Amino acid sequence: MKIGVFICYCGENIGRTVDCAAVAQAAAKFPGVIHSEDYKYMCSDPGQNLIKQAIREKQLDAIVVGSCSPHMHEKTFRKAAAGAGINPYMVEIANLREHCSWIHDDIPSATKKAIELTRIAVEKVKYNEPLIPIRVPVTKRALVIGGGISGIQAALDIANAGFEVVLVEKEPSIGGHMSQLSETFPTLDCSQCILTPRMVEVYQHPKIKLLTYSEVENVEGFIGNFKVTIRKKARGVKEDLCTGCGLCVQKCPIRKVAKNEFEEGLANRPAMYVPFPQAVPNLPVIDRSVCTYYKSGKCQMCKKVCGRDAVDFEQQDSFVTEDIGSIIVATGYKLYTIDKKPENSPIQGYGEYGYGKYTDVINGLQFERIASASGPTSGEILRPSDSKVPKKVVFIQCVGSRDEAKGFTYCSKICCMYTAKHAMLYKHKVHDGEAYVFYMDIRAGGKMYEEFVRRAIEEDDVKYIRGRVSKIYEEDGKYIVKGEDTIAGMQVIIDADMVVLATAMVAQPEAPKLAQLLGVPYDKYGFLAEVHPKLRPVETSSGGIFLAGACHSPRDIPESVAMASAAAAKALVLFGSDMLEREPVIAKVNAGTCAGCFYCQKVCAYNAIEQKEIKNRAGEVIKVVAYVNEGLCQGCGTCNATCPSKSVELVGFKDEQIFNEICALY
Amino acid sequence: MANENFEPKITCFVCNWCTYTGADLAGTSRLKQQPNARLIRVPCTGRIDPVFLIKAFETGADGVLVSGCHPADCHYNTGNYHARRRWIFFRELLNTVGIPESRVHFSWVSASEGKKWVDVVNGVIDKVRQEGPFEGYKKINNEFALPEEVEV
Amino acid sequence: MTMNFGYYPGCSLEGTAKEFDKSLKAVIGKLGVNLQEVQDWACCGSSSAHATNHMLSVALPTHNLLLAKQQGLENVVAPCAACFNRLVVAQHEMATDEKVRAKVEDILERPYNNHLDVLNIIQFFDRVGTDVIKEKVTKTMEHLNAACYYGCLLVRPNDITKFDDAENPEAMERVVEATGAKTVSWNFKTECCGASHSIAHTEIAVKLSKRIIDDAIKHGANVIVVACPMCHSNLDMRQVNMKKQFPNHQEIPVLYLTELIGLALGLDAKALGVDLHFTNAAPVLK
Repeated sequence: MKIGVFICYCGENIGRTVDCAAVAQAAAKFPGVIHSEDYKYMCSDPGQNLIKQAIREKQLDAIVVGSCSPHMHEKTFRKAAAGAGINPYMVEIANLREHCSWIHDDIPSATKKAIELTRIAVEKVKYNEPLIPIRVPVTKRALVIGGGISGIQAALDIANAGFEVVLVEKEPSIGGHMSQLSETFPTLDCSQCILTPRMVEVYQHPKIKLLTYSEVENVEGFIGNFKVTIRKKARGVKEDLCTGCGLCVQKCPIRKVAKNEFEEGLANRPAMYVPFPQAVPNLPVIDRSVCTYYKSGKCQMCKKVCGRDAVDFEQQDSFVTEDIGSIIVATGYKLYTIDKKPENSPIQGYGEYGYGKYTDVINGLQFERIASASGPTSGEILRPSDSKVPKKVVFIQCVGSRDEAKGFTYCSKICCMYTAKHAMLYKHKVHDGEAYVFYMDIRAGGKMYEEFVRRAIEEDDVKYIRGRVSKIYEEDGKYIVKGEDTIAGMQVIIDADMVVLATAMVAQPEAPKLAQLLGVPYDKYGFLAEVHPKLRPVETSSGGIFLAGACHSPRDIPESVAMASAAAAKALVLFGSDMLEREPVIAKVNAGTCAGCFYCQKVCAYNAIEQKEIKNRAGEVIKVVAYVNEGLCQGCGTCNATCPSKSVELVGFKDEQIFNEICALY
Repeated sequence: MANENFEPKITCFVCNWCTYTGADLAGTSRLKQQPNARLIRVPCTGRIDPVFLIKAFETGADGVLVSGCHPADCHYNTGNYHARRRWIFFRELLNTVGIPESRVHFSWVSASEGKKWVDVVNGVIDKVRQEGPFEGYKKINNEFALPEEVEV
Repeated sequence: MTMNFGYYPGCSLEGTAKEFDKSLKAVIGKLGVNLQEVQDWACCGSSSAHATNHMLSVALPTHNLLLAKQQGLENVVAPCAACFNRLVVAQHEMATDEKVRAKVEDILERPYNNHLDVLNIIQFFDRVGTDVIKEKVTKTMEHLNAACYYGCLLVRPNDITKFDDAENPEAMERVVEATGAKTVSWNFKTECCGASHSIAHTEIAVKLSKRIIDDAIKHGANVIVVACPMCHSNLDMRQVNMKKQFPNHQEIPVLYLTELIGLALGLDAKALGVDLHFTNAAPVLK
């Protein structure tokens, strides 16, 4: 093998502490090196031409460039090599700048180190082999998981660009938390009024396949080529026959058998129900856990009244498999409603606030329902216990958020705004009422946000108290809120009629399970992780899987929508090409020596290792060996280190290459 | 300190995404360090076969440093956990192969921890300098060296 | 099978809370539990030490833990909540703060050899098993509506005591319910009784304790059950002052958890020391 070495001065960056000429001279003597030179700027056009010229003239098979970090210019030099007609993967970089000249002062020892680093690279490149980037076709079809505002936005964007979308929602209707909100800050737009048209658009869109009351069961494959199995939970109602007339819901004899989830438990619903009047699709669901038929085989009222014979008690969960190119996760959030410290959890409860114990200590979403015109009180502010108008309401911010002692270190971001909104809505409806807000800081960063909070304070006379609440207890029908006013430096005791807790936003409890299915990392709170917080905020480390909305971190509606559009754009970028190219640094199995122990399969984080049957000429299986799925393998090399017979090799970082590097030292 | 003039040789196995990049950051931040470490870049600490470590000592290293992404931060999701698990077992075997545990170092250095990387490297170099050269394998190498005339 | 536990009574159980000790010892006989007292135990350092000298406040409990360890004990029951608190806090400091540990070892002239299970009285009954208690109940306490009062020392600081929920604990309720008694849901399970001001500013302790008592009565309790000698003296003894100060004061008996269990196991009230209380416990002795 004929190797060329090129040492770069990087102006003075390397040249100042490393004697580059000496390095080039020393490298010329390494076995296998037939060409060695140095130049002021190797990455410049003349520098690259120097490399190309040497490759052509001396018929080099491989080159080593002693320059800056490979993270900087490896691609540049690979391109140059390819330009001169050799395989781009026959290039190795010796990092003489970040790992040598910039961190040392002493010229002799730095030069000695530079020579050794160059020798390592030369020894490695001897075992490099020409590689071809992997090309895989792209299925131009997206899966959106979660039908809240983020999922709706992402699905519409992709569908409007002309690509098919499968939208999966686990609840019977799309709409998510946004459909529960009364008004939205800072404009006080009615949430339903702006959301419902979007929901209908999704339903009617010819490119969107909507699967509600469904969950992602399994994900196989890789970027551009996922195979996703979706469980359609049995509704008990035939979707193709039901017209959504609602007669069955009206006639269900057990009217108040279960807590209404949409109303956050403030109202009850029958066993046969539509989650809310504007539900999309407008199809009822049978709650089998409470339905009389499933308990005693009796009743069947819904079936009797249905004119289309759409009720099907025997319906089973069914499964559909979809070919998908890109996945957008938009599973959203939940509110932290822990009234008690959960067992074996670092999260502490808020026993001192009595949530769950006192009926009129409610959370933010419950207040949304109370304030909503479509809610259980038709928008009248009435407290849940006795349906009286509360004359004094205390709002407490940061319940769970920013409280390390309770388990969450992060800021839930939306509570400052929605608390101001709640207090404002309350004051608009109960003119003689008093609203108090306990806060730590007011974080109102956003267009017209600060102005909105000021309005609540100045125009609507909401009393803001900076401090925490230590305890809430009930005394003679009042809720005694004991807190601290840290500005006045005194204790505050308020006898409230109702207390609203701005509880923290937390990840969906099933989020980690889904993340594992998708191979997407998540943090200790269950929020899914992006690749880079600044520059790649919607991409995940699993290719082709993007994040939208509050599944990533607490965020409000405009941010969720923006993120959803960004995720959609990322999917569309993918759909812009027919074939995908990726780095060929992946594992390969030597079927001849593989003993089929499949330890590699156990350690692979990507499910990239499959089993392959080896047959003889007669077509009989003689052994089963490991096989690497090129599309899934990400090239970490854990299998290579694990394989007892060294039959799996990570191309580009093979054992020979690394051993050669080690032996090149000292 | 009898070993003051001794300059230890440290072979480092670092992952591409965290520690190598962290070392790059130390470079761009011009954080000075002792020139005794040589980095071998692998995609992930999960790629590191314990035999690499033995080989490094065999070929003359006085100390070995393995460094990768922090737990839960692995670019490849779980590679560093495998590395850690392997290390726990391998540590038990070090004695058998004649390598003092004190010469093998393990650390987590993220891409943003340039300063930490410098502290880790300098720390390892200082510790190994204190211990002096690793002679164990040199002796064995001599014992088992092939006679000059037998060319392989 | 006899269960064995180490036992650190502390000063209160030999003085103001004699009946706590008496009732505990009476109960264990019935439950088939053996308590082995830490020999030559010293002060746990509560109040006086931790208010004046931090080192002493760690060294004293550590000394006691070392004695227990020396004696071969695997766990220690500290019925007094203050003792329990001092022992676990010291243990925590010794485990987490190297400087403190070095200094304390220097003071005690002994190395500190780690962990020992320190149990408060509720944890102790939990270990013994509520089933075991239920089985042995001969006289059900179903006529009682008990307000379980935890006070502060058992549950705080929660990350050190690692006991139940700091704000709304329920462990004692489970034990109390094993006797057949009902428990009430009330507001002031962990509210301050004013114990630290009990001597110097009695009026504060009276005021705070009265709030607790009134809330328990308001929520339908006819007995308060406690697991701490300080709680007991404030809620029981201070009712004497309350009666003087507030003519309408409604009395409520205050029992130690051990006494309640003893009564349910059919033991004589006198043998349990129930007669030693300031507030008449007769209403509960049906």
